[in-house]
Amino acid sequence: MAAKAAAAPVAELTGPLAALKDKFGDALTPGDFEGVVVNHDQLIAVATTIRDELGYDYLTSLTGVDYIAQNEMEVVYHALNTRAGGAPLVFKARTPRDHAVVPSLIKVWPGADFQEREVWDLMGIKFEGHPNLKRILMWEGFAGHPLRKDWKEAYYEQDTKPFDSRWPGGHHRRAEDRVAYADNVNFPANFDPTVYTAQADAAVYENFKNFYVDEHGQFMPKEAVEGGNGNGQFHEHLETDELVVNLGPQHPSTHGVFRMVVTLDGEKITHLEPVMGYLHRNHEKIGERNTYIQNMPFTDRLDYLSSMSNNFGYALAVEKLMKVTPPERAEYIRVIMAELTRICNHVWAIGFLLNDLGAFFTPALYAIEERELILDLFEAASGSRMMCNYFRFGGVARDLPAGWLETCRELVFNRLPKKIDELDYFLSENEIIRARCEGSGTLTGDDAVKYSVAGPVLRASGVAYDVRRAEPYSIYDRFEFDVAVRNHGDVYDRYLIRLDEIRQSLRILQQALKQIPETGEIQAGKKQYSARVPAGQAYGRVEGPKGELGFYVVSDGTANPYRYHIRAPSFINLTALGPMSVGQKIADVVIILGSIDIVLGETDR
Amino acid sequence: MYGSGLIKGMGVTLKHFVESYAEDLKYVFRGGRYNDKYIAVRQGPKAKGIFTVQYPEEKLPVPENFRYIPFLVFDTQKNEDKCTSCGICAKVCPPQCIWIVRTNDPKTNRPIPQPAEFYIDASICMSCSLCAEFCPFDAIKMDHDYELSSFERFNTLVFDKARLTKPDTYHAAIHPTDWARELQDQAEAARKDAEKAAAAAAKKAAADAAAAAKLAEAAKPTDEAKPAA
Repeated sequence: MAAKAAAAPVAELTGPLAALKDKFGDALTPGDFEGVVVNHDQLIAVATTIRDELGYDYLTSLTGVDYIAQNEMEVVYHALNTRAGGAPLVFKARTPRDHAVVPSLIKVWPGADFQEREVWDLMGIKFEGHPNLKRILMWEGFAGHPLRKDWKEAYYEQDTKPFDSRWPGGHHRRAEDRVAYADNVNFPANFDPTVYTAQADAAVYENFKNFYVDEHGQFMPKEAVEGGNGNGQFHEHLETDELVVNLGPQHPSTHGVFRMVVTLDGEKITHLEPVMGYLHRNHEKIGERNTYIQNMPFTDRLDYLSSMSNNFGYALAVEKLMKVTPPERAEYIRVIMAELTRICNHVWAIGFLLNDLGAFFTPALYAIEERELILDLFEAASGSRMMCNYFRFGGVARDLPAGWLETCRELVFNRLPKKIDELDYFLSENEIIRARCEGSGTLTGDDAVKYSVAGPVLRASGVAYDVRRAEPYSIYDRFEFDVAVRNHGDVYDRYLIRLDEIRQSLRILQQALKQIPETGEIQAGKKQYSARVPAGQAYGRVEGPKGELGFYVVSDGTANPYRYHIRAPSFINLTALGPMSVGQKIADVVIILGSIDIVLGETDR
Repeated sequence: MYGSGLIKGMGVTLKHFVESYAEDLKYVFRGGRYNDKYIAVRQGPKAKGIFTVQYPEEKLPVPENFRYIPFLVFDTQKNEDKCTSCGICAKVCPPQCIWIVRTNDPKTNRPIPQPAEFYIDASICMSCSLCAEFCPFDAIKMDHDYELSSFERFNTLVFDKARLTKPDTYHAAIHPTDWARELQDQAEAARKDAEKAAAAAAKKAAADAAAAAKLAEAAKPTDEAKPAA
């Protein structure tokens, strides 16, 4: 592939990339995709030019692809222009498989931090110049890089589904019976799990070395015991020390299994490092084993609070490859579902932010009541409240049942606007909320763009970037709505912007519910259990409730995706958690995390 | 005034508190609010007052599209399984929890359209309903029974064919719209078959007539030839 691409003339570069040609002619190779392959030695310079001169100030997605047949690995970058909008600019770097090294772009876009660590962790591509290149989703005792094509999981059966053992001779046999437990435990060489201490924990336990435990189980500072008085007495004068505190992994404020290792000076945070991956299930590898349609219900389980949006993003990416467009009525149904999902997600986020603030469950339950009514609608249409699995390539799974639109109209026109106003009236002016939220966890617009933060967190920092407006997908160009923006970038603005967005969603819903054709097709073409997807690559993205949700799908023309990557907003937004929290009080870190609104199913994938 | 925001908020809570009692009072002479009769009102888009449902004493009715672990439809009219063991459900199943053994004719060793064994591992099934959606024979449908907890997780949760099979009357009861569509499809198919049969019969009749005519034609010369002979 590399040889073939190298033979193509550089003159083929088009669009914004043409400007790069004069400057970096030799370092650029047009590929068999809409973008460019950049040589290693020039990668940082080209990226800097793309950022500064072409205006692509935001690195949205960074991922790797393992081309095992070519013995080559590829890093794929998608950069965005947050001011002008439009489609992402794609560029790639290639590196040999057995010695995969690419220069790190963390200096150009600090938002590359977690994404480069993820690619190192899962694909084993080293990023030269990354200051903290260690595993992020897997633990240190994990052998290998699971997204490489030659890596096999513990209960490996076959490279791709459907498995041959299921039919026609499918005598049931559990995977646990087929593979004995001990056979699937693998550690890297020189790794002893019995003496293992996690890297992040090491700092915590380092501090404990300064203490003895006395016969009553009390911690005694070593110096008190060793020092002159020897009776376990503390020194008279007060000594301060930095203290490392683990919030989580099991902690009510972390909204799942998630850990923040916080270094404290008194009550003030001097350093914060998020530790994640407790819910990691290698979703992308599962996705590459699955057939295209089989991935749809799996996307529900990413951000399990907004499964319809996840369906939407994945359907868009595959539809780009298949070149199908859903019929009119299906498009309206999709938009209605996606906007209802946004309302669901935001009332939930507001409710639980208030829980984090200590308003124990009263606001949360008022919010959940409305969410419950929307979930009833989802259940009536798709069959399930949360795991909707409702979108299909070129349409939706089934038509709306009788009476659905009436109930939806009643909610959208009469009930929800009133209830959102009530929620606003109930909370926004509350002095305690304002005192806690205003000014805490501030993130400037520049920083938000720098750290690749997306969604409400980005827009609360004054950056009016919304995929529905920047690169309208589906039929969003037909609706009148405003991109909600707030300018302070603090927790309070992130709360307010969610109310604003609910109101904008209601506006879109009201227009959609008026315009939707009463009857019509809901599926383009014939529904197939085995979708035929032509070879190619596509990046489909939607404005999910938590930010830009992107699906990067590479097809090789077979029944299963060759590469399936998710640009998860919950994961990338956490890049900014550390910078936002430094200098804040420990008590506020809980609401700062709450205001980002993460779902661990999507963070850890 | 400092504190007015707090007081406003308290007002909302108070309103909700009072409303829950006021709403209850409306139903005092109608047999009380907390029974199956008013569950749709309590949970509907105009609901006010207490929203909670006291599961398991009360249960929310599930919509027709509700989906849980699949079941196999048994055709009570023809007294046979609808499943033909074509394997599409097993191929489309995302967690690969469907296992099918196809029946082979003991004499010719050719496949017979009937499953010999059919398993669904309910501990793996994600209730996505792709199997029901893509079944060309309406033989596998999603159930409404969601209370499946058991004390043992290995054998009781692997559902075999006997456990999975349910009569089509049950399917008709829980999926009235789908069932009506099926009956319509059947009627349509029957009509088409009848048309086809009629067309074939007409064709056959025409062919017979033609053949008879031909025979007659063929016979004629002999008749004519006879006198000549």
